[in-house]
Amino acid sequence: MTAVVIDNLSIAFPTARGISHAVRGVSLTIGTEKLGIVGESGSGKSLTARSILRLLPASAQVTADRLSFDGIDVLRASEAEMRAIRGKRAGLILQDPKYSLNPVMTAGAQIAEAWRTHRKGSRRAALQAAEHLLEQVQIRDPQRVAGAYPHELSGGMGQRVMIAMMLAPDPELLIADEPTSALDATVQAEILRLMEDLVSRRGMGLILISHDLPLVSHFCDRVAVMYAGRVVEELRAADLRRAGHAYTRGLLDCLPTLSDPKVRLNVMTRDPAWLT
Amino acid sequence: MITVENLSVRFGSVEAVKGVSFHVPKGAAFGIVGESGSGKSTVLRALSGLNPDWTGRMEIDGTALSPHRSKDFFRRVQMVFQDPYGSLHPRQTVDRALSEPLEVHGIADIEPRILRALAEVALPPAVRFRYPHQLSGGQRQRVAVARALMSEPDVLLLDEPTSALDVSVQAEVLNLLSDLQVRRGLTYVMVSHNLAVVAHLCGTVGVMQGGVMVETVSADDLRAGNVMHAHTRALRTLCMALEEPA
Amino acid sequence: MSTPAALRDWLITETPSSRRQAAWGRRYRLWCDFRRNPLAIGGLATVVLLIVLCLAAPLLATHDPGQQTLTNRLAAPSAEHWLGTDELGRDVYSRLLYGGRVTLGMVVAVVLLVAPLGLAVGCIAGYFGGLADRVLMRVTDVFLAFPRLILALAFVAAIKPGITSAIAAIALTAWPPYARLARAETMTVRNTDYIAAVRLTGASPWRIILRHVTPMCTQSLIVRVTLDMSSIILTAASLGFLGMGAQPPSPEWGTMIATARRFILTEWWVPLVPAIAIFVASLAFNLLGDGLRDVLDPKQR
Repeated sequence: MTAVVIDNLSIAFPTARGISHAVRGVSLTIGTEKLGIVGESGSGKSLTARSILRLLPASAQVTADRLSFDGIDVLRASEAEMRAIRGKRAGLILQDPKYSLNPVMTAGAQIAEAWRTHRKGSRRAALQAAEHLLEQVQIRDPQRVAGAYPHELSGGMGQRVMIAMMLAPDPELLIADEPTSALDATVQAEILRLMEDLVSRRGMGLILISHDLPLVSHFCDRVAVMYAGRVVEELRAADLRRAGHAYTRGLLDCLPTLSDPKVRLNVMTRDPAWLT
Repeated sequence: MITVENLSVRFGSVEAVKGVSFHVPKGAAFGIVGESGSGKSTVLRALSGLNPDWTGRMEIDGTALSPHRSKDFFRRVQMVFQDPYGSLHPRQTVDRALSEPLEVHGIADIEPRILRALAEVALPPAVRFRYPHQLSGGQRQRVAVARALMSEPDVLLLDEPTSALDVSVQAEVLNLLSDLQVRRGLTYVMVSHNLAVVAHLCGTVGVMQGGVMVETVSADDLRAGNVMHAHTRALRTLCMALEEPA
Repeated sequence: MSTPAALRDWLITETPSSRRQAAWGRRYRLWCDFRRNPLAIGGLATVVLLIVLCLAAPLLATHDPGQQTLTNRLAAPSAEHWLGTDELGRDVYSRLLYGGRVTLGMVVAVVLLVAPLGLAVGCIAGYFGGLADRVLMRVTDVFLAFPRLILALAFVAAIKPGITSAIAAIALTAWPPYARLARAETMTVRNTDYIAAVRLTGASPWRIILRHVTPMCTQSLIVRVTLDMSSIILTAASLGFLGMGAQPPSPEWGTMIATARRFILTEWWVPLVPAIAIFVASLAFNLLGDGLRDVLDPKQR
């Protein structure tokens, strides 16, 4: 099936004080599976995922031995070829639905438009498809939500609409960039469970970007941990307890937990050797 | 130190907070958890004086609070906001941000106080003349904490102080907050949607749902599972299930 | 700190040791950023040059700007009259220098009056909202409702024609857009967490507006001001043309074009010279304003 191959990807930005290397030699392959990319802000996790869709700031200097989406060379593809991938074959879900939904269009109209852009069909068929999609993202009252404007929806509901919109063209890959960071703990789990379920059922690939390692591990097959532009460790989610890298263990250790109270939380001491 | 009795807040026809009561002894930390829309932040904003439209009774150190607060109130009660990107003025250096409370309250020795405050939140002195956009998220939140401490308050109101931060930075800020509480004998009221974070910092936790505080429980009871309300139990189960790696 | 290199190091250090050093370092870095923008530097140089030329008009002028030589009307540029003469035989070059004093002086005076007034009205209306907002904005609407020139005309006619009343009249008609702009900016700033944080320090509303809200509005205001410069010059010219602004024989760029426009097809250099002066001045102010805006936003660095 569709496979994304990233080989030795580097992304750099020119700044006033010289070139800053945001991603340094990352190699990953993603098939029909759920991959979590975990790291703190500035680790390059979002840039890595977005480079697959070539959605990087204009000033980014991207080099890679190989960067391909289902055999298409993303670095050399024309803008038209990229448009055929973006939205249609690979969807992107962002952190806050408040900013990624159009405030003056109803949820249903936005999903219907996404559906019509990539498939042929009447306006009526598109609206029906939109309601069907809203049903699939477990919205109990799809007709009401289809007629609602984004500001009338809660954060969790907005993110469901966003997912429905991304599913409309039946993509092969879903990239979710911190999809639940703006949501409550309970809604967070629901949305992640929903995404996991949909992706497994439809046989899609999923890239889940997050800074919360324990959380992500519940919804992924594999986890890549990034630090300062590199993948420091890549392992199966089930093997997380046996993580080898000090940074990965630090990420697991520093969270406060209900089951294991501590007076002081463990704070990571960053080893300069992690950078090399 | 803090007593809230039957606090209600309305926004137009919507009653966001319906008769919330709690008490926080001096030097203690009280946590409020709930989902968005449960009214937890509204309670904090009413307490801080940012929202004057409330009914009920609120007391700090035995003095009843009126909708409009005196200058002395703002010296004694300070707040740390959720988003350190939004709570620091984008055009002002750290130095300006920290000297503002001192100038407003007419406190002298501005320079040594700023240097001491930076040291207290473990920021290097080099940060002093930087702008917020030149700092990392964790550094910004430390600046926000330092600013709240400038007027030497007794009460710190914390509105989701770590939910916009990376998990590794969250640990550092939570440690800083517990150190400060011990060192300065501060009283905390903290709002969060993360049960584990609240239970870590606060001895007592109030659970809010739909504008009502459905249960007040000690952190130990919460950990042990001695809870009464179904909503508390649901939050606890979810938190336990997700906090361990798969 | 005696050598330039040591001074530079003192200025650009990452760890300034005092507020004074930090402030000067900030200014120096602003200047370095500004210097990197050649268009802005061009604008600044032109503005400075224009101001110097106008201030030094008595030294640089070759003739008395009011001296008429009716026998030598509408002469082409020559060694005697560098830019030719106008319809009354006056030296255009000398009138241009003296006219710049009047024109640029009026522009600067109007801007100095208008920008703070608009900023104050807009910020107060936007920050307090409610009744203050409604009253101040309705007043603004009243001024916006009249065509600019007509209102200015009525005002000048009511008092006596002249440069001072022209300045007052233009200022009176130019402030409402600034107030609207400042109000819109204030409304977006008002509900941010950083303003809430300042409110929680116990600062008075006036202190908040003055020290925390206005800095957020100045950036768009500077752009607006520089874009407005040319239209202020043109309004001044229109008033002058209608006999309500600068009074003859005192030279003013707009009046010079207005009186010479009949000759545009025959003796085209007569109206063209002041037109170029207005164009150059407006362009220079625009470029300067653009450069300032880019530099003043600390996030862009």
